[in-house]
Amino acid sequence: MHPWGKWGKYFVEYGVAAARAALADAGLEWKDVQFVSGGDTIRNGYPGYVAGATFCQAMGWSGARVASSYGACASGSQAIANARAQILAGICDVALVVGADAAPKGFFAPQGGDRPDDPDWLRFRLLGATNPIYFGLYARRRMEMYGATPRDFAKVKVKNSRHGLTNANARYRKEVSEAEVLESAVVSDPLHLLEICATSDGGAALVLTSMEFARKRATNPVKIAAVSTVTPTFPNTVIEMPNFATDSAAAVSPPKVPFRDSITAAAYEEAGLGPEDMSMAEVYDLSTALELDWYENIGLCKPGEAEKLLNDGVTTLGGRVPVNPSGGLSCFGEAVPAQAIAQVCELTWQLRGQAKGRQVEKARAGVTANQGLFGHGSAVVVTI
Amino acid sequence: MAKNQVPAIDGWFVMDATAPRLLGSRCAACGTVFFPKESYFCRNPGCSSSEFEQVPLSSRGTLWSFTNNCYPPPKPYMAADPFVPYIVAAVELAAEKMVVLGQVEAGVTIDQLSAGMEMELCLDTLFTDADNEYVVWKWRPVA
Repeated sequence: MHPWGKWGKYFVEYGVAAARAALADAGLEWKDVQFVSGGDTIRNGYPGYVAGATFCQAMGWSGARVASSYGACASGSQAIANARAQILAGICDVALVVGADAAPKGFFAPQGGDRPDDPDWLRFRLLGATNPIYFGLYARRRMEMYGATPRDFAKVKVKNSRHGLTNANARYRKEVSEAEVLESAVVSDPLHLLEICATSDGGAALVLTSMEFARKRATNPVKIAAVSTVTPTFPNTVIEMPNFATDSAAAVSPPKVPFRDSITAAAYEEAGLGPEDMSMAEVYDLSTALELDWYENIGLCKPGEAEKLLNDGVTTLGGRVPVNPSGGLSCFGEAVPAQAIAQVCELTWQLRGQAKGRQVEKARAGVTANQGLFGHGSAVVVTI
Repeated sequence: MAKNQVPAIDGWFVMDATAPRLLGSRCAACGTVFFPKESYFCRNPGCSSSEFEQVPLSSRGTLWSFTNNCYPPPKPYMAADPFVPYIVAAVELAAEKMVVLGQVEAGVTIDQLSAGMEMELCLDTLFTDADNEYVVWKWRPVA
């Protein structure tokens, strides 16, 4: 990984740094890479839309096969899925997955120009529905349905700020208190500024190989047991970015497993594991309250029980299933195409016992979870 | 001098302040309702119809959730200057079994809202320019 921050550089630099670090970690050279899977960025011009080839060119044209993936926040997982499929199909043995971003300041805005056919443009135009508006709706829903409090939400930030304290790749490495969180300005009630993740520059990369290739070179290669890139099943009954409304459940009954739950359900099924087998999880804490939604969506507890899990210390380092041992988006901010890849980097270091200062004891398996707007599910199960 | 009132978007709602309605489309084959309207292909995966009829949606619903925005959002939103925070509500329509977003009518404050409240559709100003007042649907608590 290249550390997250606001470095003012071109996104390619972060991706190349991460790629070189991944290759060095794997004991491989750039010329050994047969397939490059790039996660795209849509805020850095044309080179960002063809990120795979952009990184190939930056590393030096080698004739490697390439693909570029975009799925908003799920781009990294799509890039991983693509590379993994090439390996499992026997088309290649060694793949490099890279994603990097140079993020704008403040709210993510829609693509420029007048685009009245684009729901992402219209939700700003007609509603002023920024991303934090959606986060605020979910947070308020937890308060109304489950009695969650602003203090519960603030505690997520406190926990994550402690987790990320010694993480050299994290942008924010400072312990914050509940009071500091609750005293920061309200962005979208009940969420305060310190509860909504920043937008960051960053780069992350993975070297994926076939098991056969890995076993010749490593004693205990960490395994990708499953990747989920599922879309919703109609009707999707939870209001999601960037939509104005949910699907109607009047004529067609909702699926048994709602979309968000289905994301990791698909990964668990593929891996032959369940949430009870997870030693830890990296989830997309775009807001503090959203991390609590994720506890339920990834099956750590029933709906309404997430606050108890947090308050009982279950999801804190030292607890039964630490969530966001890296420090999460709370400590990183979001670098869109790199983030899902970074989640897998963290699980990998944890499973190898290389997460100094934030090590999950006896880690055996972990799950990542996130979601990209326009219906992109994203989950990876990683095991020893 | 009263400005010319125009809808902020055409065809999404009935421009009648006394009886506003959101306009959805209903698939002629499976009966699924969509908002915003679908016109090409039914998004029920079990249906392959391309025929729709326009239907007004329920004008009342229950408040599913709500939040506000305390910072001026980027374009294309035309934020008032000086900026005034606005509330966005998610309202559940019983017959259609769907949740629809809309800003809340100006003048309502967050502490006046709670989930489960009955809300009704209304029309209100989205923004004003030199020529026109642009009108959009919003929600407000039923008195």
